[in-house]
Amino acid sequence: MSMEYVDVAVIGGGPAGMAAAVAAKENGAERVMIIERDRGLGGILQQCIHPGFGLHYFKEELTGPEYAERFIRKVEELGIETKLDTMVLDIDKSRKIHYVNPEEGVGYLEAGAVVLAMGCRERTRGAINIPGTRPAGIFTAGTAQRLINMDGLIPGRKLVILGSGDVGLIMARRFTLEGAEVKAVVEIMPYPNGLARNIMQCLIDFDIPLLLSHTVTRIFGKERVEGVEISQVDENFNPIPGTEEYIECDTLLLSVGLIPENELSEKAGVELDPVTNGPVVDEFRQTSLEGIFAAGNVLQVHDLVDDVSKEAEITGRSAALYAKGELRAREILMKAIPGENVRYVVPQILRRGDGHVEFFMRVTKPMERVKLVIRNSDVSFKRLFARPGEMMKVKLRESHFKRLKGKKEIIFDIVEDDD
Amino acid sequence: MMTEEKEIICIGCPIGCKVVGIFNAQKLIDIKGYQCERGREYAIKEFTNPVRVLSTTVRIEGAMVPLLPVKTTGPIPKKMLFRCMKFLAQVVVYAPVKMGDVIVKDILGTGVDVVATRTLERMERKI
Repeated sequence: MSMEYVDVAVIGGGPAGMAAAVAAKENGAERVMIIERDRGLGGILQQCIHPGFGLHYFKEELTGPEYAERFIRKVEELGIETKLDTMVLDIDKSRKIHYVNPEEGVGYLEAGAVVLAMGCRERTRGAINIPGTRPAGIFTAGTAQRLINMDGLIPGRKLVILGSGDVGLIMARRFTLEGAEVKAVVEIMPYPNGLARNIMQCLIDFDIPLLLSHTVTRIFGKERVEGVEISQVDENFNPIPGTEEYIECDTLLLSVGLIPENELSEKAGVELDPVTNGPVVDEFRQTSLEGIFAAGNVLQVHDLVDDVSKEAEITGRSAALYAKGELRAREILMKAIPGENVRYVVPQILRRGDGHVEFFMRVTKPMERVKLVIRNSDVSFKRLFARPGEMMKVKLRESHFKRLKGKKEIIFDIVEDDD
Repeated sequence: MMTEEKEIICIGCPIGCKVVGIFNAQKLIDIKGYQCERGREYAIKEFTNPVRVLSTTVRIEGAMVPLLPVKTTGPIPKKMLFRCMKFLAQVVVYAPVKMGDVIVKDILGTGVDVVATRTLERMERKI
């Protein structure tokens, strides 16, 4: 029995998957198929009903569903095929995809190139070990967002939010607008994690207190959450005895980080970066397995969907070239290594080291007036600030690569600028 | 002289300057902390007549999901946010709806329309 063949198969129909599929098609892949677990395309964007998307990519401010719809239209216009309500169970090294859906049951597909675009998942209570009882009323912020914005259910009336990531901040506003009371946003770090505009428009606008260097140290309640205990933390993030404070609430929202969803990638044997939790990729966004590529939050958790779309264009184009046999295998030329004050760098590997390559990185602490330096070279860039909550981007061009010639490793240091 | 201070974060660019407005008897008399002209203008507006784009949902019948996301086509006075939310809580629309369709014209006399931000086809919902 011959198996159905597509040139490029994209796993996931969120912003990364759609942009990769569009780019693959526009770069000459004949049959492109998106496989999506949900009932429709758009991924997380459909529940992000607030504005703030597209300022860079579309040069106008859109809500999540509007941003999604622009890509959905492109997907339709270009004749990209979709399998909705379909769950991929396995991908193997030869790019055979094993899936299941209610119509076909179990099915197989063979792909010239595969794009991993499964996005990320939220960290839960289990991942951060909060002591106390196990009542109802503890939600991740994204789950609460889906319940309120798509299902029409309000999961609580009096809330405490743990974590000042953007989803948590957005939900603080959303719950307030829907008539609930947000008692506090509690952040373990000494600085907020979300974008400045969200601190302003989601917290300050509604007089919601932001408690920095604090965390939730106990949850109370038998059937339902009745309250939480919060404590101040020291510089090692350990709760300081004597600073405990009780806050009455019926709901605790967790906005404590996102983890790239790489169960499929791992099973296929894709090498993962222990810091990003995403695949190790080269400048084409090709993983350690030939013909398997990655884009979006499965690769690294982004702050802006605009960056996801741009990254996915590189991925989609590369996948199309690979499927056509135009992206030949190459040895690793150099590695990009995080140096001083840098947590990670993506892409981690360069195979060509020419043209221009944009690197994404995150710093370990907030800094003002910084210099990004490639160690032992004369290549450096200046920035007004660097913050862990905002990804830093830098483009290396042909002229830089000439100056870096012969290096096996390029180490990125971000240091205070003394000049 | 009794003065009062209010602090905001400028959202004009990613730097996010902390800007302090100094008020005397509810009147803005000075601004400190901005680093550019755009920031100054933003702060004056923010301290005198703050406005926001409102995005929320209204109920929809006959679509795949029970809610339709909507937004105001322009900013409305911040003090109108809750009144608009109450008003929109009463609105029910029927599928199909196209992205950009006007759901409420000139909401509560603000001169701003509320439009759909998603296309939803007519469809019986599967439970």
